[in-house]
Parts: sequence; structure tokens; C-alpha cells
Amino acid sequence: MSVNIQLNSVAKHFGRVRAVDEVSFALSDAETVALVGHNGAGKTTLIKLMLGLSRPTSGSVTVLGQDTSAGNSAVRRHLGYLPENVSFNLVLTGREMLRFYVGLKGESPRSVNELMDRIGLAHAADRRIGTYSKGMRQRLGLAQALIGTPRVLLLDEPTTGLDPELRQQFYRIVREMRDAGTTILLSSHALNELEGNATRVIIMNEGKKIADGSLDELRRIARLPTVIRMRATDGGVQRIRDWMGNRPDLRQVNGHTIELDASPDSKIAFLRRTAGADVPFDDIEMVPPGLDELYAHFLGGRPSA
Amino acid sequence: MSTIALLAVKEIREGLRNRWVVAATALLAALALTLTFLGSAPTGNVGAGALDVVVVSLASLTIFIVPLIALLISHDAIVGEIERGTMTLLLSYPVRRWQVLLGKFLGHLAILAFATLIGYGVAAIALAATGKSIGGASWFAFATMTASSVLLGAVFVAIGYLVSAVSRDHGTASGIAIGIWLLFVLIYDMGLLGLLVADQGRFVTAGMLNALLLLNPTDAYRLLNLMGTADISSASGMAGTVQSVALGSFSLVAALAAWTVAPMAAAAFIFSRREL
Repeated sequence: MSVNIQLNSVAKHFGRVRAVDEVSFALSDAETVALVGHNGAGKTTLIKLMLGLSRPTSGSVTVLGQDTSAGNSAVRRHLGYLPENVSFNLVLTGREMLRFYVGLKGESPRSVNELMDRIGLAHAADRRIGTYSKGMRQRLGLAQALIGTPRVLLLDEPTTGLDPELRQQFYRIVREMRDAGTTILLSSHALNELEGNATRVIIMNEGKKIADGSLDELRRIARLPTVIRMRATDGGVQRIRDWMGNRPDLRQVNGHTIELDASPDSKIAFLRRTAGADVPFDDIEMVPPGLDELYAHFLGGRPSA
Repeated sequence: MSTIALLAVKEIREGLRNRWVVAATALLAALALTLTFLGSAPTGNVGAGALDVVVVSLASLTIFIVPLIALLISHDAIVGEIERGTMTLLLSYPVRRWQVLLGKFLGHLAILAFATLIGYGVAAIALAATGKSIGGASWFAFATMTASSVLLGAVFVAIGYLVSAVSRDHGTASGIAIGIWLLFVLIYDMGLLGLLVADQGRFVTAGMLNALLLLNPTDAYRLLNLMGTADISSASGMAGTVQSVALGSFSLVAALAAWTVAPMAAAAFIFSRREL
């Protein structure tokens, strides 16, 4: 395992605004890391620092063994970047645009067709980008980020504007890249879709890193309850209430559904009881805390219970 | 293909698609043809050759039009791409910022050179086709005028990049570009004239006047073309000036070259320090 991106107490100030404040982390190969946070939390600034487009006020950013502020452009051959709201010159065709970027990375012009196929734009390759839909432009953006099989992929809000099918296609490509050993950093607001796709989550707030770990680790740290939802049999919800010993924290959702928050420990005890005969419900659902709840927890405002 | 060539070719391709090339060429050709046929009508009993008159009138026109076209295509080159977000993506590639600038410069210069050569060339060919006799010296003066027009364009493309590199947004860049055009094309010479009239030859020596003329690239261009040959300087009414201004073609071309290199270097320096 090798470290591809290393941030050491990086700060970036714009006047009095601390866009990034003492952030440190290291990203290894074959990792998909989600960078989450509100607008203005410092995600895009962090990505620009990694690209060397902007210099840190203090601290150091090392990408693939090179300090980015040294301005060594050769490293960027192994870097793929998809900007937020990617834009291209609208008068060029998709193929011309991609051929230009392929040339800049010193790759063979043959790879243009391959990339066009891979992201499903082959049919529109010779149309002007001005005629493309938002989703098509986003796919073209992804195609240029994949040129030359980069070792580091930085994707800023990559799935905005993609429909669900394209989103799945996008995450399939991300998985393929990760399996090939690429470090992938993707920033997002769409927390629910990161589940199962990101191996690690870094939560940012007002320029500070406030949480960093796998989803399971973060769940353990946050100790958020799992919601247990029971649907009553004919006897109605009252039977469930009796069976649960009339706990005050039972929440009635509707005429025959009742909910309960279970801490990680009490969840197991509860499950043991349900293994017994004659339970008063005919369906049970367990909802683990999602990223939305985790995010809200780490930002200090607990999810409304 | 090298990075710079790739960038230049992309700029040319965009210029062709945006109709910049067509528009600039058509404008220059239309104006040159108009001047050629309006301007050559009364030359029958003047001592100047037909093409010499064209050189004089085209040179005067170039001073207004070429800097304007050059500033129009260049003032947006950096700040526009930053605003549209295409610069961030470009700079995430293994390219250096001076390469971006130089590639764009070569592309824009190629567009300008094409427009000038074709636009003015058409006028000269049309004139020759009417059967007027044109001497070798006249052709040389015409070639010098065309080549130096491209050089004048290069100066203002470079100035445009400098404007683009320092401007925060597109609107500011447009404003500064228009200001610079007015300054060099109109205000500077009016100021200089005013100074000379007020001074009555007391403090401003010939050396100082030379220096002041070299400080404006359009004046360097004007001197280079309007006193190029004896025929032309008499046709342009600059014969008197030639005697008092002792600037050779070499120093005039050198001034134009310096006016290209210095803004380019400044633009590259400022752009390389700019945060995106």
C-alpha cells in the first residue's frame, strides 16, 4: 500500500476567511474516499490545493510524492480531475475536445475512441459540445478524467446532473478504477449514494476536518441508534406496546406500524427476543443510521428523533 | 505534438468555429478594397505610384483596426477561460502556465496573420489586375506594411493578455482594453502634439521626441511605414518629419518586438502567480 496524497496541517486563508483550517490526512492507493460537507466547507479548495492550482497558506500538500506548490507539472500526467460544473468550449465536438486532452497527456489518439465507448458517448462524438445535454457533458468530463489511467482521481461533485442509470454506470467505472489501484477522492452532497461506494468518508465543516473513517467506524463512534420498525398483526399496535413493556420511546408511525430507536447494544438483545415464539408483529425492518444522520451528528445538530 | 503546438492549433480551430477568422479577414479585405479603389482614383497626375498610395492609406487604417481586432480576440483569453471554468481543467493537465500563454499567442497570431495577409493581399492583387504599373520598391513597401501590420497585431495581442491576466472579470478586461486602444490610437498622439505646440521647441529635443514616439507602438508602426521610401514619405506628407526624426527601420522594428515581448513576459509572470 502506498500513500498517494498526503496533507500535513494544511491551511488556506482568503483574507479573513479560513477556507481550509489545519487539515491533515493521507490517502492510499485503491481507496475511494468521499469528501462531504456543506457548500463552502472547503471541499473544492482542498481539491484545488491538491491540483497545485492554489498554494496553501501553511502546511504542505504532497501528491504522488511531489509537493504541489513546487509547480512540477509532470506529476499531473498521473492525475485525473473532474471539476464541479465541468465546462468545455461549446464550438468544438466531443471528439476534438477529447483528442486535445489526450494529446496534452501524451497519450495515443487511439484512446479517444476507447474512452468515448467506455462512457457511452460514441454516438455523439462528432457533434458540437454545445448540443450536449448536462449529463452528456458530465460524461465527457469523466472521460477526460480517465485519460491515461490516472493513479489519482479527483472528482468534484461528479454525479450532479446524472440520472440514476448514469449514476450507477459512473460508480461502476469508479469501482473498476479503484480495483486497478487508483486513489479516488470524490466530493459530494448526495450522501446516500456514497453508501457502498466509498470505503472511507471525510466530513468537513467550515474548513475543518471533523470526522474521518469508514462508514462502520463512523457509525460506531457516533453511536447512533438503529431504527427498528414493526408492523402489527391483527391485534393492532397495542399488542406490540404490551409486548415491549409499554416503553415510552415507542413511536407510532401509522395505524399498524410502530418504531423504536435501538442503540447498538440493545439491538442485539432485542433481536434475541424476537427469536422467541408468538411475536406480535408480522414484519420487522431495521434501518441503520445513514450518512445523512451521521453527517448531521458530526456537525453537532443531532437528527430530529 | 508538443504542448504549445496543441494549444495553438486548438485556438485556431476555435477561431475558425467562432467565425473570428472569417469576420476579421472579411473586414480587412473590405476596407482594403474600398481604400484601394477610392484612393487610387486621383493618382493619375500625382508623382506617387498607385500601390504607394494604397500603402499609405492602408497603414493609416491598420493603426485603428488591427489593434482593435487583436485586443478583441486576446483580452478574454485568460480571464474568460477562468470565468467559464475551462482554465481550471486545462491547468490540471501537465502543462505550464507560460505554455498556455505562448500556445494561445501563436494561435491568435496565426489568425491575425491569416486575416491580414488575405485581406490586404486581395486588395493588392485586385490593384495589379487593373493593369496599373507597380514598381519593385512599391511591392517591397507593401510587403513591409503587411508584415509590420502583423507585428503590430502581435503587440496588441500581448497587451491584451496582460490586461486579461490582471483583470478580475471579463467586464473589467473589456473596459481596460478599450481604454488602452483609445490611449494608443488617439489620446497619446493628441497629447504629444499638444506638448510640442506648447513647448515651441524649448525643452523637447529631437532625442526626446524619438523616445516618446517609440513609447507608443502605433507611432513606431506609423513611422516604419509612412517614411519607408522616398515616394511614400512624400505621398504621406511625412517628408518633413523624416528629417527631424532619426529613427531607422531597425530600431522601429526592435521597438515593436520589445512591445510584444515585455507584455507577454509580464502577463506570464502575473498569470503564473494568480490563484484559481
